Amino acid sequence: MLETAKTSRVEFDYSGGERLMMNMGPQHPSAHGVFRAILTLEGETIAGVDAVIGYLHRCHEKLSETLTYAQYPSIASKTDYVAAMTSEFAYVLAAEQIGKIEVPKRAQYLRVIMAELQRVASHLLWLGTWCMDMGGALGGGATVFLYCIREREMILDLFEMLVGARLLYGFYQVGGTRYDIPEGWERKCRETIDFIDQRIGEYDALLEDNPFFFARAKGVGVISRELAEDVGIAGPLLRGSGIAFDLRRAAPYSSYEDFTFNVPVETAGDCFARYRVRMVEFRESIKIVRQVLDRLPPGPISSRPGLKSVAQIRIPKGEAYARVEGPRGEVGCYLVADGSAKPYRMKWRGASFSNLSVLPHIIPGHKVADVVAIMGSVDPVFGEVDR
Amino acid sequence: MTREQARTLIGERYSGAQVEGDTPLVVTLPVDQWLSFAQFAKTTLGCRFFSFSSAVDWKEQGLEVVARIDNLNDGVSVTMKTRLGPGVSTCPSLVPVYRGADWMERECYDMFGIHFEGHPDLRRILLGDDWEGHPLLKSYAVDTPHPPYR
Repeated sequence: MLETAKTSRVEFDYSGGERLMMNMGPQHPSAHGVFRAILTLEGETIAGVDAVIGYLHRCHEKLSETLTYAQYPSIASKTDYVAAMTSEFAYVLAAEQIGKIEVPKRAQYLRVIMAELQRVASHLLWLGTWCMDMGGALGGGATVFLYCIREREMILDLFEMLVGARLLYGFYQVGGTRYDIPEGWERKCRETIDFIDQRIGEYDALLEDNPFFFARAKGVGVISRELAEDVGIAGPLLRGSGIAFDLRRAAPYSSYEDFTFNVPVETAGDCFARYRVRMVEFRESIKIVRQVLDRLPPGPISSRPGLKSVAQIRIPKGEAYARVEGPRGEVGCYLVADGSAKPYRMKWRGASFSNLSVLPHIIPGHKVADVVAIMGSVDPVFGEVDR
Repeated sequence: MTREQARTLIGERYSGAQVEGDTPLVVTLPVDQWLSFAQFAKTTLGCRFFSFSSAVDWKEQGLEVVARIDNLNDGVSVTMKTRLGPGVSTCPSLVPVYRGADWMERECYDMFGIHFEGHPDLRRILLGDDWEGHPLLKSYAVDTPHPPYR
């Protein structure tokens, strides 16, 4: 008992002058995971930060060398568990690129629907938790959070109808998808996105009618255009810093070129800009889902026959880097195949990993309370940072 | 900048480099040109976006370091590769050119034990400081015991 009390004590370390070292985390609620920031403070202002990650490391890359191409996609969901569809997507795309495996049109469209629904679900969780982090300023912290979670649940219900699981799916398979949409799913999906579409407008109004929200988000955590590219941040962060780059537009995969949507860009580079980008993305994703549902072609959902054993998929010698636009940006899978049923080497480019690595560059100079707002606006998922 | 122009420019400047593919351009370089090529790609080819860097362990043929950079405006992507040679585990760091290489190279050091020369803060990032060995090397068995846990 005494031991525990001793080790859990916060350590203060004055290193001359007026500087103070403070641990923020590893169990700080604003991290939405396990993240430790060692802050060097001068009064309330941050002079330096050392980010400590790795608490959630599960050796995904080593593990993938021991699992076959049929087994790993369902494990891939566990890298980014808030947007599980995305990482499965990147992995199967990489394998298909090397093996030159065709994917039927219907499967491609189904993949797009799920990826976009996942983006909406992920952004909902981000909006809710971010607003809760900035709690007091928004007049009773958990309000927006509870609204958002309610809507996210509706999307998880859709996924549950589809695959039977709510968080980790195993929906994508090399050559297609594992399941087709069941009876009545399309109608329920349309109802859900109509409802969410209307709700998003209400959250917009709720937040942007609040001067405290502006005070916490505007001009805070500015990422310059130059820094954004240099560090390799992606997704809403990159677009919030004035770079109109979206993989769905720049390098379309899985028939994204068939659909029309806008790529929102903001130039300020602050927390508010990132917020605006994501708020528009909600609507653009919903727009894409509607288009796909309208044009969903009939046909097979996989170009491969049913599997009789897990080692049945063999990918020829070669390598590929497949990337998809996840809710947090470029999720990439660098795959080296050696002709067997398992990858020789697989590397995850986690969007959260690159996005989080910008923190040491932007946090110094801000107040401690701003760290919470900045971290929330980066939207890291630690499963993907640590993999 | 089109892919063809990029290919020509690389061919003129780096005759020792081997260029394959189209999207991305896969450029295989000698180790001593690693850093200078990155500088060239950033300034001349406009590849300012740092995507990722990592390594592949080719067993007795040694380690291969891989980095991917993009020109977001023109859609030119470059995958840089270099073979360190059997038994060699030092490579020039890309941090002076790309700040994004900082965490990526720390991860690479953590997992492969590659010493990036010129990296300002090369220490483990995902594993604990007291971890023994570098897990993504092929010589590191999946079931390597780790007392007191197993």
